Amino acid sequence: MDDLKLIARIAGQEVALSADAVESVVEIEAITPVPLAATHIAGLAALRSRVLTIVDSYAALDLGRSPRDGVIQAIVVTIDNHLYGLLVDEVVDVAAITGDPQPLHVGLARGWAGAALGLVEHQDRALLLLDPARIVAGPLAAAA
Amino acid sequence: MEELLGEFIAETRETLEPLAGEIVAWEADPSDRARLDSIFRFVHTVKGSCGFLDLPRLEKLSHAAESVLAEVRSGDRTPDRKLVNAVLAIIDRIGEYVEALAAGETYPEGGDDALILALEDNEIVAPEPTPAAVAQQQSAPRAPARSIRLPVELLDRMMAGVSDMVLARNELSRRLRERGGDAIVDTAFERLSACVAEMRESITRTRMQRIDGLFSALPRMVRDLSAELHKQIHLIIDGGDVELDREMIEMIRDPLTHIVRNSIDHGIEGAADRAASGKPAIGTLRVDARQSGNQILIEIADDGRGIDDEKLLAKALAAGLVTRERAQRMDRQERLELIFAAGLSTAQAVTAISGRGVGMDVVRANVERIGGTVEIDTNLGRGTRLTLRVPMTLTIIPALTFAVGSELFAIPRGAVDEIVRSYGGSVEVETVGSAPVARIRGERVPVVELARLLGVEGHAPAGRTILVVVRASSGERYALSVDSVQDHEELVVKPAAPAIMATGVYAGTTLPDNGRPMLLIDPAGVAQVAGVRAPDAAIPAKAEAEEARVETVPTLLFRACDQAVRAIRLSLVERIEDVAASAIARVGGRLRLSHDGRILPLFGCDAAMPDKDGRVRVLLLGDGTTEIAYAIAEVIDIHALAPDFLPTAEPGPVAGVMLVGDIQVELVDCFWLFGQAGAAARPPERPLCVLDGSDPWMRDILRPIVEQAGYRVGWSGEGGEAAAVAILSAETAPAAPLPAASVIRLRATADETAASAGSIYRYDRHGLIAALAAAQGRR
Repeated sequence: MDDLKLIARIAGQEVALSADAVESVVEIEAITPVPLAATHIAGLAALRSRVLTIVDSYAALDLGRSPRDGVIQAIVVTIDNHLYGLLVDEVVDVAAITGDPQPLHVGLARGWAGAALGLVEHQDRALLLLDPARIVAGPLAAAA
Repeated sequence: MEELLGEFIAETRETLEPLAGEIVAWEADPSDRARLDSIFRFVHTVKGSCGFLDLPRLEKLSHAAESVLAEVRSGDRTPDRKLVNAVLAIIDRIGEYVEALAAGETYPEGGDDALILALEDNEIVAPEPTPAAVAQQQSAPRAPARSIRLPVELLDRMMAGVSDMVLARNELSRRLRERGGDAIVDTAFERLSACVAEMRESITRTRMQRIDGLFSALPRMVRDLSAELHKQIHLIIDGGDVELDREMIEMIRDPLTHIVRNSIDHGIEGAADRAASGKPAIGTLRVDARQSGNQILIEIADDGRGIDDEKLLAKALAAGLVTRERAQRMDRQERLELIFAAGLSTAQAVTAISGRGVGMDVVRANVERIGGTVEIDTNLGRGTRLTLRVPMTLTIIPALTFAVGSELFAIPRGAVDEIVRSYGGSVEVETVGSAPVARIRGERVPVVELARLLGVEGHAPAGRTILVVVRASSGERYALSVDSVQDHEELVVKPAAPAIMATGVYAGTTLPDNGRPMLLIDPAGVAQVAGVRAPDAAIPAKAEAEEARVETVPTLLFRACDQAVRAIRLSLVERIEDVAASAIARVGGRLRLSHDGRILPLFGCDAAMPDKDGRVRVLLLGDGTTEIAYAIAEVIDIHALAPDFLPTAEPGPVAGVMLVGDIQVELVDCFWLFGQAGAAARPPERPLCVLDGSDPWMRDILRPIVEQAGYRVGWSGEGGEAAAVAILSAETAPAAPLPAASVIRLRATADETAASAGSIYRYDRHGLIAALAAAQGRR
């Protein structure tokens, strides 16, 4: 495996996402809440003429709620023809990371474990490689 | 046809161009199978289209080429130079012919046979193009193609781009406003704005298609079906030039087909039945489309047997679709709407044509899914009309927006029945157990507090909310309590992500011009989540909650022409209308209203019409067969009243008296009214009764009674026809003997005197009617 990874920080942790899945990174100002939706659905936001479903990555990973102050960065991904924005603390970098993801041997909390595909190494640090589809599916689906 | 021909020309031209290359390649290597195949496909397509478009010459040419090429493909013939040349000559000829067609000219006759002969395995060589054809080609330069084909996906992308542009423009406009006026910038912006709007409109139009495409399949279908069912049907199609979104056309194809099938199968009777009911043997089916604002109306009307709402109700009862209590409260329209209930088929027998009751409910569901509605209107014995109303484009639906808490939501306008204030005079919200119920004009409607359902904090103070009365497609009717109603808007609705749809209360998302996403509420979903059940199921539940509640009948209170307050059972009221006073006339012995080309007996007033600027308000009453009009001064209210009342002693226009609040109200006797109307509608071969026209009492008071008894009234001295009976005053001797089979003498006093022996007291109604009946029986 030799492709680009997007490196972002969620709840202080640096994680990697395959750049293939990522359409863009946007800054979200206003979120329209969606009452009754699962906890990890933060709401809706507009991306030009399209509607983004905003996913609270903290909630999806069972880490509480994302901070929602001011302008927040979101990673835009398309899953099953629907456009989602994954809220992150910050997008750090885009880097080519070589090598297959290593299987996880660490005991991870349930939330992280549900969304992780494995470990990748970047600049001598181990990063969790997350699957955007599993983040979108939310904590319940990931745990199942 | 014109359009199809244009399409054929465009398509043929389009395929001919790349084919030129194929032909050259085939000529170089006649054994090249792929080239051969594509040439074969071309002539095959041309042949097919020509047969359809009635172009016999082209068809013959392409057919000849096709057969030869088929032989080559099957290996029966080997392509040699001569054959290749002959095929090429034919393809050239097809091209020339098509150009001539495009230019609207006729291609010179002759030469075709020679080309075809050259294909045969013989020594005849394909002739060179005739000089005439060559000359024509030179003199008439090929008209440039005026149409191109585009993938729909590209159009969608353009559409999205334009939507982006509109949003960008809106934002720019906002920023400019904040910044304050610079006239030059503003003017430039205005121009840009106009361009964007125009662009948006033309891009929207690229997705539009004439509804012709949808209607063109109908003649064949009607022909086949009517042949199969041995019915004669005349199909009239109108409004084929109405345009709507191509996706929309696909969405209404099935519903339309189904309705047409239903009309032919169940609506229009066989010739014998039609003749028996005095209709022309050939049934008429009208399908027409027209645009009305942002909606397209498609009407399918037949002159068949109509739908019997009573039968429908009986069926629904038998099938357990409605409860008996519910059935009693249903008005005619509600009963008709039962045709849309799942699992109800009106046909006596299930037929292969319209299948088994899986019809109209699916039709309605499909139409509602695209933001449309289906309405039904029927006249027993005269026909049925179904009206489909669909938005012009699939994605734009008319919606009502409202606020709950700090958020805005939208709901399809089609689902909204009415909007009332929860604190208005005619509305009362009470709590039954834990559930709020609104009483709106006497009707109880369950209330769904949207803020509570969604778990958000409402901003309106308790008891000051707005109730949006909603009828979900699944039949539930309830009031959605919201903080405030914002606006009517046309919204572009997109499907929401699965996680949002999973809540069950949203139908999609939309992005209004302010750029802030909004959720579209799904009325049926909310009903389900809130636990509101369809009325049939809900009523017994409600009855349990309020055991003391008595059964009621919806009743319309109105102020009659004589200013008395009267009541009429709502089920008989078909419509309330304002008609021109000039449409009412005293003809044939009573007041009659000419309305929609029919003459209806008019009750409710005698001479003085409650004239409001030349308009009179009337109730149109119907019992399924007879229609009558009842003039009123004004409608007061609709109440659900107990079914019992204090009957009057004598039958008459008033059935009895009932108490509404503290007011005594006369209940109109519809049984009597329809009886009157029926009597009036009797055929004209009624016997003649001659009255003394000089006597005002006879003219005005006696006459209606005589007419009710089944007589025509004539006046003494008019002469001519022999009367069946004559009515005379016992006191005044007739001026001349009346030529009548029998004579009834009326006296003014109750006591019989010698002079008036054998006469009847003139207010002895029973005696008089008995005498009239006897005279009629004697004939």
